[in-house]
Amino acid sequence: MEDCLQTITDYGLRSIGIGERLLPRNDFTLCQQFTLIGSGMIWNIYFGTLALIAGFFLAVAVALGKASANPLIRKPAEWFIFVFRGSPLFIQFFFAYFLFLSLKGSYPIFSPLTSATFGALTVLFLNTAGYSAEIFYGALQSIPKGDTEAADAYGLTGWSKFRRVVYPTMLRLAWPAYTNEAIFLFHSTTLVFFAGFPAFQQKGDALYYARYFADKTFNPFVPYPILAGYFILLTLVIIAIFGWMNGRLNRHLPSATRARLRFRPQLIR
Amino acid sequence: MFGNCADPGALDGLAWLGCYLTTGKHMSLYGSLGTVLLLLAITAPTALLFGFGGATAARSHVAPLRWFGKTYIAIVRGVPDIAFFLFFVIALDQGFEYIRHHVLCPEWPDTVRQGNDFVVCAQAKLPLGNSPQWVHETYGFLLAVLTFAIVFGAFAGNVLFGAMRAVPRAQLETAEAYGMTRGQVTRRVLIPQMWVYALPGLSNLWMVLIKATPLLFLLGVEDIVYWSRELGGAKQPQFTDYPHPDWRMWYFGALLVFYLCFTKVSEIVMDRLMARLTLGQATAGGEAQRRAGA
Amino acid sequence: MKKLILSTAVAALAAGTAFAQDDSTVRLGTEGAYPPYNFLNDAGEVDGFERALGDELCTRAELTCEWVTNDWDSIIPNLVSGNYDVIIAGMSITDERDEVIDFSDPYTQPDPSAYVALSDGIDLENSVIAAQAGTIQASHVASMEGATLLEFATPDETIAAIKNGEADAALADKAFLEPIATSDAEVTFVGDDVLLGGGIGLGIRESDAELREQFNEAIQSMKDDGSLNTLIEEWLPGSATF
Repeated sequence: MEDCLQTITDYGLRSIGIGERLLPRNDFTLCQQFTLIGSGMIWNIYFGTLALIAGFFLAVAVALGKASANPLIRKPAEWFIFVFRGSPLFIQFFFAYFLFLSLKGSYPIFSPLTSATFGALTVLFLNTAGYSAEIFYGALQSIPKGDTEAADAYGLTGWSKFRRVVYPTMLRLAWPAYTNEAIFLFHSTTLVFFAGFPAFQQKGDALYYARYFADKTFNPFVPYPILAGYFILLTLVIIAIFGWMNGRLNRHLPSATRARLRFRPQLIR
Repeated sequence: MFGNCADPGALDGLAWLGCYLTTGKHMSLYGSLGTVLLLLAITAPTALLFGFGGATAARSHVAPLRWFGKTYIAIVRGVPDIAFFLFFVIALDQGFEYIRHHVLCPEWPDTVRQGNDFVVCAQAKLPLGNSPQWVHETYGFLLAVLTFAIVFGAFAGNVLFGAMRAVPRAQLETAEAYGMTRGQVTRRVLIPQMWVYALPGLSNLWMVLIKATPLLFLLGVEDIVYWSRELGGAKQPQFTDYPHPDWRMWYFGALLVFYLCFTKVSEIVMDRLMARLTLGQATAGGEAQRRAGA
Repeated sequence: MKKLILSTAVAALAAGTAFAQDDSTVRLGTEGAYPPYNFLNDAGEVDGFERALGDELCTRAELTCEWVTNDWDSIIPNLVSGNYDVIIAGMSITDERDEVIDFSDPYTQPDPSAYVALSDGIDLENSVIAAQAGTIQASHVASMEGATLLEFATPDETIAAIKNGEADAALADKAFLEPIATSDAEVTFVGDDVLLGGGIGLGIRESDAELREQFNEAIQSMKDDGSLNTLIEEWLPGSATF
């Protein structure tokens, strides 16, 4: 037990470069595997959270763009969604990495983008924005006509109509599907070091360390289930947070109607 | 392929490219395209079946069955598919061989786990050690299908579970009022009516499934991404008759176009299917169709 | 789900009794992505030093052999779970691998690894060094005091990384780097070679002692009549012979 505490102090923050420099090399214990894989989760949470928050704002903008009547705005928005929803994430990582490298060659200001910390975050941000925009667009299309008519009747126009009527209703309708997108996004963060970006000084995400142990012990049946366990926990936390937000979004509705809103099969992801 | 390809070093321009694009390795690339499409064609209905089973179990009145259904959906959905693929296929394979071992060689003296080794008797091997390569490949392919189906079945189960709850209560009550039993209500009303609610979720799942196929290589199936990486990389061509630098950009570009086209076609088909299913339904879409027709 | 597994199992059982079980083939597992040791030729077949070696060994040991390719990451788990019988994939004999599987006698001398870079005069002790993840080179760089390890999924990308400046140098098997350093004017060898591992051997399950003996005899006979040296000279120019 004491050994394990020592392991946790040595490796608990290894994924961000704090603690022992050398990874364990022999006599692997369960404690080491739990600690290091858990330490790697820091990266998954970092990528997932920041991409989700930043992606949310872009997604709302792109969704409004796709719903716009002006083709100069609508067409780019449609293409953005189509490209990011239509291609596998790992191909996006591949092209982004090459693009960032050549950008770095001509403009040194882009050099942080070739590291996973910022480059992969950018790709995940654009990717989730594409998926979420489609969800929000679907929700925009299914806003009850009565709601917007009522807004018109109150004399609401432009920004205040959007902020008070359109936007809250859109969020409410999109929320269950958006929860799923959040889960998928956190799962996708495991691809960063797996297929996209190089790992620097053995600082990697949970899957990176799980692979490290699988590679050293040649036994995939311990590290990967540990990784799976961490992700199930993470998913439960995401569902809880989004469920709480869903309650906030629907707090004005009578409780019977609220239950019905839990499932909107308009769009899942 | 062609007679004039015997000496690629002497060729240039289009002739070289023609020969290059028809090497055995490229043929494998084109063949793997078929593999991917076949996998999708088999996996989709299988996953739907698993999802249907999971959703039905999750709604069951028998508690253990309900727990099983809910746990299956919750756990498999919670795990990133890569993590699942990295150990699950080996586990599945060992599971099958373990069962066969106990059925086929009950009097085997040694234990199955010998240190790190997993040893079953020769008759229990799957496929048998002396079977030809194509049997091994087919077996690997079927394992991949099963794994994909289990993973995506959980997502489909989640969608179908929601869709079953979205069927208007009034429709089910009407059926009950006609004196139908619970089973009859499920078969005659719930299942036919739920598809319109399930289709948007299922079609998105299909899109996700298409984009998960690059992970096939983890399951031991040589897919288009594997061959593109092999052919595009600069490492191997040095040792073949067609040396070239790092061309992964071109190969992955072609893959990008393939996936985008596939997505587009899927979207068109799904839209048609949705229009067909919406016909006469008590939803906003159905109402719109009715008005347009009137 | 249960039903499906059960019916698969039943079908599999039926198949099991249908075939005779006598002359089992030995399945040779390789990566097919590690020239010149093993790679896929234009026809999509396994080729290279180990293809020639493996075929010869099987002839001498009078075994029927068959080639299969497997991803490097899961090459050992698939061996111990019985999906093939031998690993012949440029795998260096190391202590940690030896704990899990058995190795035949080495069929190459300890293979030198070498550094490549764009220019001479790099302080290897204090630079960013690229290596393929999960290789003995990666663990070597990880244990170097001042150096920074940058890991890539494929050896291709390590070379690309020194060209675009992400890394100062790359560490890989010398046999793999040799043709790159000769054909590519930009890339040169730097520093001294390092000897890692104990030569390359066949990986065989610990419970398969008999098969290991058969292969050891075949390897020994190839060492005795010099045919192994001929193969090494043909495929791995510059490597030490026996």
